[in-house]
Amino acid sequence: MTSATSPVVRTASERRRAGSLAWHVGALLVLAVVLYPVIWVLGASFKPSKDIIASLDLLPTEPVWANFSGLADGISGISITSFFTNSLLYAVLAVVGVVLSSSLTAYALAKIRFVGRNVLFTLMIGTLLLPYHVLLIPQYVLFRNLGYIDTLVPLVAGKFLATEAFFVFLMVQFMRGLPRELDEAAKLDGCGHLRTYWSIVLPLSRPALITSAIFTFINAWNDFMGPLIYLNTPSKYTVSLGLMMFRDQEGISNYGSMIAMSLVALVPVIAFFVAFQRYLIDGMATSGLKG
Amino acid sequence: MTLVKEAPVRPAKKRSAAPAAGRRGRRRENLAGYLFMSPWIAGFLLLTAGPMIASLYYAFTSYNLFTPPKWVGLDNFTTMFQDPRWQKSVEVTLKYVVVATPLKLLLALGVALLLAQRRRGQALYRAAFYMPSLIGASVSVGFVWRALFSDDAVVDRTQKIFGVDVGGWIGNPDYVLYSLVALSIWQFGAPMVIFLAGLKQVPQELYEAAEMDGAGPLRRFWNITLPMISPVLFFNVLLESIHAFQVFGSAYVVSDTRCGPADATLVYTCYLYQKGFKEAQMGFASAMAWTLVVAVALVTAVLFWSQKKWVHYEEAAK
Repeated sequence: MTSATSPVVRTASERRRAGSLAWHVGALLVLAVVLYPVIWVLGASFKPSKDIIASLDLLPTEPVWANFSGLADGISGISITSFFTNSLLYAVLAVVGVVLSSSLTAYALAKIRFVGRNVLFTLMIGTLLLPYHVLLIPQYVLFRNLGYIDTLVPLVAGKFLATEAFFVFLMVQFMRGLPRELDEAAKLDGCGHLRTYWSIVLPLSRPALITSAIFTFINAWNDFMGPLIYLNTPSKYTVSLGLMMFRDQEGISNYGSMIAMSLVALVPVIAFFVAFQRYLIDGMATSGLKG
Repeated sequence: MTLVKEAPVRPAKKRSAAPAAGRRGRRRENLAGYLFMSPWIAGFLLLTAGPMIASLYYAFTSYNLFTPPKWVGLDNFTTMFQDPRWQKSVEVTLKYVVVATPLKLLLALGVALLLAQRRRGQALYRAAFYMPSLIGASVSVGFVWRALFSDDAVVDRTQKIFGVDVGGWIGNPDYVLYSLVALSIWQFGAPMVIFLAGLKQVPQELYEAAEMDGAGPLRRFWNITLPMISPVLFFNVLLESIHAFQVFGSAYVVSDTRCGPADATLVYTCYLYQKGFKEAQMGFASAMAWTLVVAVALVTAVLFWSQKKWVHYEEAAK
């Protein structure tokens, strides 16, 4: 019997192996196209300026450091670290704001039964679909009248006031999934809502909080329109605006340092991504499925 | 806020069934609910509802930030509809939405189907494909795109090898928009991940049964996969087209802050930005913003209406 079946098994496993090989070849081909710009910028940052546009080689023939060492001079008297400090401050404040205010709101919507909860939840979801350009001008007028132009306040105020409905939604979905028995037991033990929120629901919601924190960090780091509208003084510029300054200053002539600066500006985003990609991708998937 | 008043009826009824919730307890729950939500309520009133009302008012005024708004009725809208640059921006945006969204979703679905198979290193592939979605929004990538697509650069030279000469992308009004489309398609990771999650929910028995009945791969895809993931497809179409309507950063950076050449990448929000923040025509810009809101609402409504025809929701609750 065994001798009769083994050839069949072998061809099936061979076919499976061939299928697997074809799959990997296909996936790698798509991946090569997708990651080409990333690899290109890595290579280009080590090319002499004149080669960056002109050369078709992916990697530099003679790598040079000049593009990176040139960054130490800064842009029109402002050091690169200034842009990075500003962006970091913006991103950190945004993360603190979003995690605190969104989790409070989400706790109320997921765990407290109060009059009007459904209406508020619907309103909150409704803001997800609103193009934010309709708020852009009146918010600018508001912050201008309050004297907050050229500060970080307009950029982070909304984060502390839970206006990013996407994260509230993400956290509500997560908190609803937590076992009811836990907060009911806490209630029986005499815990108030603040205590239940802080010591039970918040620690258990860590995956949702981390997802929101990383997305917020990356969004703030990448944010371009916000700083473009609200920041005027170059010393207060974030990395995105610093990059634009670079373009104005150096123009097309100095592609090398522009590309090097672009790459350096991407480092925090890529680092965050590599470290936390599992949370990010799962967060993205769940928010899409339940939406 | 008037909506809030209607609420008491429903939750109150529900609660009467819940045991051991006295009137004082109920009042305490209400208070706690509103206290916990107070940041959001403040944010909603101050940064969403208030500004919405303000911008609706500005839309009917002439307002340059320095003198008080002056009521002009429908003037902003009539000038806007006759403004050739506004018309151009509508045309550019529609072209962008209609070309970029389907292509991006097609690629996202294709790669998701590839990654849905159980293979070694699946998670690594998934992560790598997702990366452009996160870095794509940055000015850095705008620069990289500019460098890749400018005249006589990598893309231009490569296609010349194949005998195709379009005379550059960035400097060419006929092609520059498609370099932005390419940038958008490149960021297919987010819809891909959502497709993947949807594909995982399709019961394997369906495929096995279909295979027994002799259905080929194409047929299985058309008759099982597509209907089963149609809710996820709907979600992606909705989200991606709304996003596409609002594109700004890439158009601004790649086309060198002028959204050109020849207004070729003058997407709607770029014109809105120019009008509002370069020319300080806050009334006109607000009218533009509200027109965008109406357009997006219409698209959303049409999509929701159309889903009856092509989106299949399972009867059984998840």
